[in-house]
Amino acid sequence: MTKIGLEIHCQLTNLKSKLFCSCKANYREFEINENICPICMGLPGSLPRLNQEAVKKATMIAMALNCTTPDKIAFFRKNYFYPDLPKNFQITQLNIYGKTSIGGTGSIIVGDKKIRITRIQLEEDPGRLIYEGSSSKNLITLVDYNRAGTPLVEIVTEPDFENPKQVRDFVNILSDLLENLEVSDPGLDGAMRSDANVSIEGGNKVEIKNIGSFHDLEKAVHFEITRQESLNSRDIQIIQETRHWDDKRKITVSSRSKEEDLDYRYFLEGDIPWIIIDPKTKENLKSNMPESISSKKERYVSKYNIPTQVATVLSSDKFYSDLFEESHTEVTAKEIANIITTDLMGLIDTREKRKESKITATHLKDLADSIQSGKISRNSAKNALYEIVKTGKNLSKVMSELDLGNVSDESELLGIIKAVIFEELKAVEEAKSNPQTINYLVGKVMQKTKGKADPKLTLDLLKKQLK
Amino acid sequence: MNLKISALEFVQQVQNGNISAEDFVAKTLERIQSIDDKLHAFLFVNEKAIDQARDIDKKIKSGSKVGACFGMPISIKDNMCIKDSKTTCASKMLENFVAPYDATVITKLKEQDAVFVGKVNLDEFAMGLTTEFSAFGSSKNPWNTEYVPGGSSGGSAVSVSAFECVASLGSDTGGSVRNPASFCSVVGYKPTYGLISRYGLISYSNSIEQIGPLTRTVKDTAFMLNIISGLDPNDNTTIDNKNEDYLSGIDSGIEGKKIGIIQEMVGEGTDPTVLSATKDAISKLENLGATCEDVSLDMVKYSVAAYYTIAATEAGSNLARYDNLRYGYDFSVEGYEFNSYIAKARRNFGPEVKRRMIIGGFVPSAGHAGKYFLKAIKVKSKLTREINEAFKKFDLLIAPTVPILPFKIGEKINDPVSLFLIDINTVTANLTGKPSISVPFTISNGLPIGIQLLADSMNDKLLLQAAYALEQTITLQEVPI
Ligand SMILES: [Zn+2]
Repeated sequence: MTKIGLEIHCQLTNLKSKLFCSCKANYREFEINENICPICMGLPGSLPRLNQEAVKKATMIAMALNCTTPDKIAFFRKNYFYPDLPKNFQITQLNIYGKTSIGGTGSIIVGDKKIRITRIQLEEDPGRLIYEGSSSKNLITLVDYNRAGTPLVEIVTEPDFENPKQVRDFVNILSDLLENLEVSDPGLDGAMRSDANVSIEGGNKVEIKNIGSFHDLEKAVHFEITRQESLNSRDIQIIQETRHWDDKRKITVSSRSKEEDLDYRYFLEGDIPWIIIDPKTKENLKSNMPESISSKKERYVSKYNIPTQVATVLSSDKFYSDLFEESHTEVTAKEIANIITTDLMGLIDTREKRKESKITATHLKDLADSIQSGKISRNSAKNALYEIVKTGKNLSKVMSELDLGNVSDESELLGIIKAVIFEELKAVEEAKSNPQTINYLVGKVMQKTKGKADPKLTLDLLKKQLK
Repeated sequence: MNLKISALEFVQQVQNGNISAEDFVAKTLERIQSIDDKLHAFLFVNEKAIDQARDIDKKIKSGSKVGACFGMPISIKDNMCIKDSKTTCASKMLENFVAPYDATVITKLKEQDAVFVGKVNLDEFAMGLTTEFSAFGSSKNPWNTEYVPGGSSGGSAVSVSAFECVASLGSDTGGSVRNPASFCSVVGYKPTYGLISRYGLISYSNSIEQIGPLTRTVKDTAFMLNIISGLDPNDNTTIDNKNEDYLSGIDSGIEGKKIGIIQEMVGEGTDPTVLSATKDAISKLENLGATCEDVSLDMVKYSVAAYYTIAATEAGSNLARYDNLRYGYDFSVEGYEFNSYIAKARRNFGPEVKRRMIIGGFVPSAGHAGKYFLKAIKVKSKLTREINEAFKKFDLLIAPTVPILPFKIGEKINDPVSLFLIDINTVTANLTGKPSISVPFTISNGLPIGIQLLADSMNDKLLLQAAYALEQTITLQEVPI
């Protein structure tokens, strides 16, 4: 049986500052080596100053993944030399003196499979290496320390995955969960990185390091299974080794480094005293945690009678569920859910479009109200939505500019109806004897008004005319 | 002008207008100029000291608010960061390192209008107890310049003892303040762990070390402690002392106090002269109304081994950052592969630092940690339990600061193990986090002997009261320089 285990490094991108200093956790907007200070540069004499908010957020992640949370946590030093590591050790967590990591064992359900979480640890991200130069002879390594010290949670799973699809489903759920907790923006470049352990039936475990995105994770796992199976079919032994993901060539490559032989000489980080997380703090965190995706979904279905499939899509994406929460009333909930899932999601289907989109909750509220009061047809509403997303103008302005409002002026509509009666004598006769067929005439009115006739008013007026 | 005054006397005289800060600082710099060739306490002096003192005088004259130091000249061990000043740790590795920020103790002293006259010598990265391991040459004992001044805060002790400043800050990892204080006949203080912020102190063994003042009198130490102690958001290990005033009630006396004599620190290996001085001190304390009794701390016999194991482990990690990539000395990284570069760059560490870093790479390593590092941690916690037990019965503990008298420069430098053993009486306070003070007690054949007192955690005030009481019983001769 194929076994896959994951180590996921997730940056807490929504925090204000780094894990041990007041530099920005969101380092992406800075020029190279501009988001640094004596602490994150590990200058002589500097000491780590723990970001308490990071401890809270990481605890929330642990709770959301149903992990145990210890009463006190400790930090350790992982000692190794690397140019991206300003202190030549990383402050991280582990469980050698009891369970002192921020999250203990837990699990989440992915499809019909239970994926067990081994532990969650809070640690600092190293800096970023930039390689320049073409040949290996004049290869230059540059270091950007802007990222050094960014808060990171490492989520370690048991080898419970059996195929790449389960991996993909898991990381999708995880991304949604992290976004919903408001701890991280998984879409940011480099915010989610992972290592994977892969072994096929009868083969040794291979570790793949440095997979830079969730998108590549599934690919890397897929590649590695295929590689191992191909070796197996040719009776070549799969050696236990560390490989890394080459994201340009989309293959795994043996890392000739002796990483597995490194002795990290872990010991307690004396500069950070043990942190007590008392039951009251935990309770507070739990009650202040944003509503979970599954609870939102249930509420949408049971309270508003929104179809399960729509509720699933709506609840799992924080951007849309936030829009929904802000805009809906009991009466408009279903309408708004429909607008979001059938029209809006198609309009803004990429990260960039979402960023540029000008849509607000007020727009959605106005749209739903106007549809329900017959001021705009669903068809026209779709056109209005397109314009709103692009320009951010308010609905009434968009409606008048594009002439999208329903024809609800009685005399105007009556003129159109009279014209239809004149053109469709046969149908008029038929409708008189069989009232069921009146819809044909309504359709003709709609045709003439390009769908903008107020349907209710049209029907009333038609009936009167036929009497 | 008389430079041979205490910190409190200095404050009083400037306040009274008897002397100006500028004159005093200028005279101090003159003295450094004239005698430091013989002593080598200073690595460099602050060129702007006189200007800074003049500015403080102006503040005094104009009647505006002046800090508690009134322009007092203070020397700083060169392992603490002063903004825009070189901070070398007496190491070739940091020969060109200019600190871009102030240590918390420096910020606090600046706020109180102290003037830093210069940075003083130490064993490289504070590893040693003679200053002989300074990359810039040994300091000399002002009582006899053929002798070591103790260490690692040797420069601090020499500068206070020889009147090259009024007070100094050192750091104490295994006795590094108390040892040179004892050898140079000044007061040396190692506070409760966490009482003084370590932010800006270049770490050697961060879980046990503290910054501590070296002063001429116990009262001066209390005065310094009032300024530099307390909670610091930049050091998560600091503790809230609620702005304790260590000077008030310092003359409360020690009547009725119970003092334990640590048997493991007055046994074999203690110099007879040191032993008789200790007995003398004990009877003086008894005369003041204290009761003294023997107490045994069994783990003391393993304390030096535990200390060197823990200190080396932490040093191996703390000093790993000195790879010369971001700062250090002039040696370009270009053209090297990373690992070969740092191997080359780190050749600039001196022999003692290399020795401890090699030990530090070994004792916590996989396969050896159980035999060394984890055992050392066990000794540390057992020793802490023992001393906590002792403090249930005793208010204070007493022992000689150093079991032997100062020795000659070069005498022991090639025998690291015998050097290590000199720490036997001082490392206990570091391993257990307890406050400890060395009080100058007597001079034997021209060489100083200090007496050490210890108190329970956060009983720093009581400790200073006892030290003050003992200090009042003695009159010391003046340093012959
Ligand atoms: Zn920083």
